[in-house]
Amino acid sequence: MIKSDKTEKDIIKRFSGLNLNIKLYTMVLALVAIWIIFSVATDGNFITPRNISNLLRQTTVTGILAIGMVFVIIAGQIDLSVGSLLGLTGGIAAILNVWYNLNGLVSIFVALIIGILLGLWNGWWVAYRNVPAFIVTLAGLLVFRGILIGISKGYTIAPLSTDFQFIGQAYLTPSSGYILGVVAVFLVIYLVLNSRKTKAKYNLELPPLWIDMLKIAILIFFIGLFIFILNLYRGVPLSVLILLILMLVFSYISSKTVFGRRVYAIGGNVEAAKLSGIDVKKITLILFALNGLLAAFAGVLLTSTLNAASVSAGQNAELDAIAASVIGGASLSGGVGTVFGAVIGALVMASIDNGMSMLNSPPFWQFVVKGLILLIAVWVDVISKNK
Amino acid sequence: MSEYILEMYNITKEFPGIRALDNVSFKVKRGEIHALCGENGAGKSTLMKILSGVYPYGTYSGDIFFNGEKLILHSIKDAEKKGIAIIHQELALIKELSVKENIFIGNEPNKNGIVDFDQMYLNAKKILQQFNLDIDPNTLVKNLGVGQQQLVEIAKALSKNASLLILDEPTSSLTEADVEILLKILKKLKENGVTCIYISHKLDEVMEIADTVTVIRDGKTIGTDSAKNLTKEKIISMMVGRELSQLYPREKHFIGEVFFEVRDFNVYDTKIQNRRIVKNVSFKLRKGEILGIAGLIGAGRTELVSSIFGSYPGKWTGDVYLEGKKIIIKNPSDALKYGIAMVPEDRKKEGLISLMSVKENMTISNLENYKKNLIGTINENRELLDVKDYIKKINIKTSHFSTQVKNLSGGNQQKVVLAKNLLSKPKILILDEPTRGIDVGAKYEIYKLMFSLAKEGISIIMISSELPEILGISDRIIVMHEGEKKGEFENKNVTQEMIMQCAIGGRSNND
Repeated sequence: MIKSDKTEKDIIKRFSGLNLNIKLYTMVLALVAIWIIFSVATDGNFITPRNISNLLRQTTVTGILAIGMVFVIIAGQIDLSVGSLLGLTGGIAAILNVWYNLNGLVSIFVALIIGILLGLWNGWWVAYRNVPAFIVTLAGLLVFRGILIGISKGYTIAPLSTDFQFIGQAYLTPSSGYILGVVAVFLVIYLVLNSRKTKAKYNLELPPLWIDMLKIAILIFFIGLFIFILNLYRGVPLSVLILLILMLVFSYISSKTVFGRRVYAIGGNVEAAKLSGIDVKKITLILFALNGLLAAFAGVLLTSTLNAASVSAGQNAELDAIAASVIGGASLSGGVGTVFGAVIGALVMASIDNGMSMLNSPPFWQFVVKGLILLIAVWVDVISKNK
Repeated sequence: MSEYILEMYNITKEFPGIRALDNVSFKVKRGEIHALCGENGAGKSTLMKILSGVYPYGTYSGDIFFNGEKLILHSIKDAEKKGIAIIHQELALIKELSVKENIFIGNEPNKNGIVDFDQMYLNAKKILQQFNLDIDPNTLVKNLGVGQQQLVEIAKALSKNASLLILDEPTSSLTEADVEILLKILKKLKENGVTCIYISHKLDEVMEIADTVTVIRDGKTIGTDSAKNLTKEKIISMMVGRELSQLYPREKHFIGEVFFEVRDFNVYDTKIQNRRIVKNVSFKLRKGEILGIAGLIGAGRTELVSSIFGSYPGKWTGDVYLEGKKIIIKNPSDALKYGIAMVPEDRKKEGLISLMSVKENMTISNLENYKKNLIGTINENRELLDVKDYIKKINIKTSHFSTQVKNLSGGNQQKVVLAKNLLSKPKILILDEPTRGIDVGAKYEIYKLMFSLAKEGISIIMISSELPEILGISDRIIVMHEGEKKGEFENKNVTQEMIMQCAIGGRSNND
């Protein structure tokens, strides 16, 4: 392991208050363990650049859904409609593109707007009509799927225009991948140094310089490794880059903004949040709208990757997203969870799917194993809390 | 058989940081109605929870004998088996089930696991008839009034062959007529040989019904006597009779003009339509003044202030004036904007977000002030400076600002809630039972803080059920009884007895 004991403490300090750090560590370790097992079992085929690239692409849809879902779960709510919402928005984009010959980007844009509107619909019922989220979104699950079947008349809609296909299928060229990496590295260095500067301005205690340097070094190592491996195959997939950007943006929103802090507060104790002057209804509405937007993102991406939209697209995807969030440390009783954890959770799920199909095990085993992993992840959490 | 059905000797029960019961002894004669009196927080409920198995054997010290046998309870179920039943202040009925199902819940007459509803109906009917109750056992409990629900609770206890019945404030939410019925039934039960422990603040009822009265105060037994030898006044002085000690660090502070006023406040029950919990209450508040609101539990004090703050879940009417101008507060966010902050009664349920850190709790109602750009990024450095400042200022004992608040002691948690409210720079601070359940040292620091805030010109409204605290801290006191403002006192030459008289109905004032 690269991390020393002291950086561990430092990171615990940074994330402290929410007690997520340890959970995240176990999660990442579990992921590494799963990868090692599959690598051994497949004679190393699992960790070839080609498979890693595929694995990451397989993660994108569940990963994007999980990013939205974990927000909803942190606020103590649930959204069962995202699978159908994904299918519907992906279908609408494809219909506009294929049947009405609309430009790919315009079709995508319309689909994203519809995602937000459907999310607002969910959120309005939950926040302003006091119908439990479980029911509202269960209704959404049926309604959105029904609409999709209606407007697509049951056809699979294909093929898409090339600009539409681009998003889900394109790869960055190796050189642009490295350029991106260099930009990311400079950004990391700038952010760390800038944070030190402002802390000094406020006369707050600074972490020792070497810790920050180590942090930078570790990040550079991982960024470099990531791009290097993907460049060995076809380069960084555009869809994976989108997932990463969404993860960073929503991580930032959850941990650094007023909005994010309030979401945790609502999930932690809704009464106290109300008495603290937080407009719980408004935030709930926004949350569901955001979740709708992310589901639409996932829908567009899935449609683009498959180069087709079908009536069954995204079926049960909401359950994968919920499982990913929970495996990544979110608690269904609210107040706990991280965006990063949820994406790791999605990666765990995708790894199991990917690894087991490489081993040619019959598909039913994937359901069994994923189910058990979910159960064990929550159980481990429960016993660690009772200690 | 001995004369006593119940003997409790040297019962001591401690909670973290607080000794709720200190060597209490309590004996009840067979077949009597024994009233247990004391101020809020005196330890009555704790004692009864020990007796009914809520706090199991081993979590307290001392001995209990029931029917002459040593009593060892591991659960409420154990207590019921021995024939001890408790009826709590908050009723434990399942509203969506019928009366008969509630009476026999956990105890259903059955054949091979199939419930025999006819048998259940007949048994329920028999029990209800025993005390002339005209309730159809098939009625759903939610369709009954509070008084009748109380009686169903008693029927439930009797169905388990309880020989010792404990009633904890049974009449606090009953109408006069229902109280009459209840008292009649208790007398009837006594004739049937049921022993009853009756906890109540309502001394008129106590004098009417009790054979013996025990008073406890500050977790200690003050005395037991036959009701014949006692008067209401005597009981009151036993309940409150202690000297104001050095507990209250009174400091002189300047009191300015009236700048906040509440007129004709009415607050309605959330469940029963048109039942008013607060009736036509008006009061004024001066700048830098500490206004104490005294009264018993259920007097409507919390409902009054939470309505003013905009957080009451039900309906309310009335006007609020700030610096002569009428203001409208629809929710807590409005109140905070006008500079009114509130520390709620139930710290854990309404004040703290236990999973969050000390820092995050302190700034949660004030995050707007730390926004540094359009997307609302929190300026964490500035936030941290304020947090560290207040941790030092009001002496919050925590290992780190990122410690989860659930790991702090009660007193320090309360200070975190206070800091949260102070960070919003209030002009008026409402404190609902600010020192409940915290130790003496932390209490002292909170009083100190209150005086220093008053000196800065902040006006404070403090609800407290502890009379010494009301007298030790307030500049002016209003007393509420059953939703009405019964009295108002400048805090000069006021005694605890005067306030207690007023709080239990104020007859002596009106006579």
